[in-house]
Amino acid sequence: MLEIRNLHAKVNGKAILNGIDLKVHAGEVHAIMGPNGSGKSTLAHVLAGRETYEVSEGEVLYNGKNLLDLSPEDRAREGVFLAFQYPVEIPGVSNMYFLKAAVNALRKHRGEPELDALEFLTMVKERMKLIEMDHNLLNRSVNEGFSGGEKKRNEIFQMAVLDPKLAILDETDSGLDIDALKVVANGVNALRGPGRAVVVITHYQRLLNYIVPDRVHVLSEGRIAMSGDKGLALKLEEKGYAWIGAAEGAARPATA
Amino acid sequence: MPTTSRKKHGENLYLAAYARFARDLPGNGRSWIGAMRQEGIERFESLGFPSTRDEAWRYTNVAPIATTPFALKPEARADALTPDLFEQLAFEPWECTHLVFINGRFSPELSRTRALPRGVEVGSLDEALDSRRELIEPHLGRLAGMEGQAFTALNAAFLRDGAFIHVPKGVVVDEPVHLLFVSSTNGTAVMSHPRNLIVVGEGSQVTVLESYAGLDAGASFTNVVTEIAAGDGAVVDHTLLQRDGEGAYHVGTVQARVGRGSSLSSHVISIGGALIRNDINVVLDGEGADCTLNGLYVTHGTQHVDNHTVIDHARPHGTSRELYKGVLEGRSRGIFDGTVIVRPDAQKTDARQVNRNLLLSDDALVDSKPTLLIRADDVKCSHAATIGQLEEDALFYLRSRGIGSGMARNILIQAFVSEILGRIRIEPVRTGLECLLYTRLHDGHRRDTEVTP
Repeated sequence: MLEIRNLHAKVNGKAILNGIDLKVHAGEVHAIMGPNGSGKSTLAHVLAGRETYEVSEGEVLYNGKNLLDLSPEDRAREGVFLAFQYPVEIPGVSNMYFLKAAVNALRKHRGEPELDALEFLTMVKERMKLIEMDHNLLNRSVNEGFSGGEKKRNEIFQMAVLDPKLAILDETDSGLDIDALKVVANGVNALRGPGRAVVVITHYQRLLNYIVPDRVHVLSEGRIAMSGDKGLALKLEEKGYAWIGAAEGAARPATA
Repeated sequence: MPTTSRKKHGENLYLAAYARFARDLPGNGRSWIGAMRQEGIERFESLGFPSTRDEAWRYTNVAPIATTPFALKPEARADALTPDLFEQLAFEPWECTHLVFINGRFSPELSRTRALPRGVEVGSLDEALDSRRELIEPHLGRLAGMEGQAFTALNAAFLRDGAFIHVPKGVVVDEPVHLLFVSSTNGTAVMSHPRNLIVVGEGSQVTVLESYAGLDAGASFTNVVTEIAAGDGAVVDHTLLQRDGEGAYHVGTVQARVGRGSSLSSHVISIGGALIRNDINVVLDGEGADCTLNGLYVTHGTQHVDNHTVIDHARPHGTSRELYKGVLEGRSRGIFDGTVIVRPDAQKTDARQVNRNLLLSDDALVDSKPTLLIRADDVKCSHAATIGQLEEDALFYLRSRGIGSGMARNILIQAFVSEILGRIRIEPVRTGLECLLYTRLHDGHRRDTEVTP
């Protein structure tokens, strides 16, 4: 479903991603872990199409298409979803209005008729149960005045409503209490299925107790330094990220 | 030293127009108002038009007003005001009292009046000047002083008509009153100097829409003064809507005195006209008086909108909330100059002043000057001003959910504008303006609109 080949990216001329290779097949859940500054969020934003990141080398194939050629909105319409680490507050735009515009943009792209207000509401209410989201948040401005947990929940709610094929969660777990964490995990697990893939970016192993990944990758200095199964996450939790550097150093010639 | 003896071309044009106006007044203008007119023209003559060297006019050059020979052209009817256009200007099917003024003169034929509560007077100021002198004289020209105010003086000189609204003590007028001023040039540069007086008695309530429109794109000059006296405990909602024509110069002053425990809401919506200058001055002249000033200017092309506001907290426990927002496209220009004064007596004042501007083009320009002058020590006052473009973060967030870039822009612009429009209490006016402005702002960005594959 997703194939990243030798991806290099810069922000303001500074190289952040230094050759990422990653393959995610439909039906899989991948976890990308790594210390702060290792390039995790940059990777997420590059995949979503953030223009402030300059891709200097490499390619990204998504269901056979060159993802990097698509605008952010077209990526979303093709089924890519990014749950933001820092969801943006948009005063004056209600959550409901925003979601309806998004849902209908996606439907239009797929050649489906737009949902009317009632159909939309019915669908939204059903998805809200999954996320255990307070109904009042729907009528409030997008993320405005939401607590950290409410914002993250809103991301997962949007994901549930937009029903993506490839979901990328950028540190959705950070700052969440255990109840909210379970809600996020429920949302992701509900999405798991043969035609879909999930990339969970996280700093901590904790979330992976609830979303069990098929593969775990460790990002370090803009490259994938190590890959493994879910056991790798536990090992990292135990030994810390410094261990990766040491293990990697040992595996590579000093001149590399 | 500047000499006042050497009269300038611009002032001379207006002095000559005044001479013709005074000559043609019925009864040679000997009514009690004559003295005020005389004082007005003398004051104007000595002041002359302001120049950009005057701090209050720094950003607004009135030379086009001073040098165009505008004529008074009172008309009772206007062919260009078709039923379709009236419907649009009157926000039909909104039903309320509409007083219509053509080039500054009341038109009974075009106006529509509806039954109002007993004792409420709504009509032409000209007609009320003699019959209601005892009610008008204590307020007219007393609220809006001419000192240092060339345009107010000029308005006084040409004072002839406008709207007079009187709500006696203890009366709630549920239905809004619409004062519709239209300029009809028919190829002649026309001017009008309407004077409106709104007197609201103790504990009374009234909602007024004062709107301006041009019937054509010809040159016109509207120089209006609206005086509002809100008695103790009165509630006044005043919306000023400027949909002037493309060739319109509009200078307007609203001068309000708000009494004890009284509340004034002002909404100033400026969307049409070549040059607009507003002075909104509110004196909170009673303990616990309250005012809310909302403003929205949406400009494009080479439009120029200059908003000056003064909120004068003269008594204790007053509250003021001010929010002016601007959306500027093209090479248009916006100015916000807002002053909040807190007098030594006005302890426990709570004032907040905010001006926010959204620039949608590289060539649009805004100057924002919020000022607090605080002379009391136990007060809560704040002010803020921002000038910026659409937020990239918010645009990306919307786009990342599948919303096209054109629509994402529109959503953000609408959200910015709706904060002010949402506060307009007259529902048909609010929805009418939402519709009008959203369409206009969307059209302005058609070039950016998404291309759906």
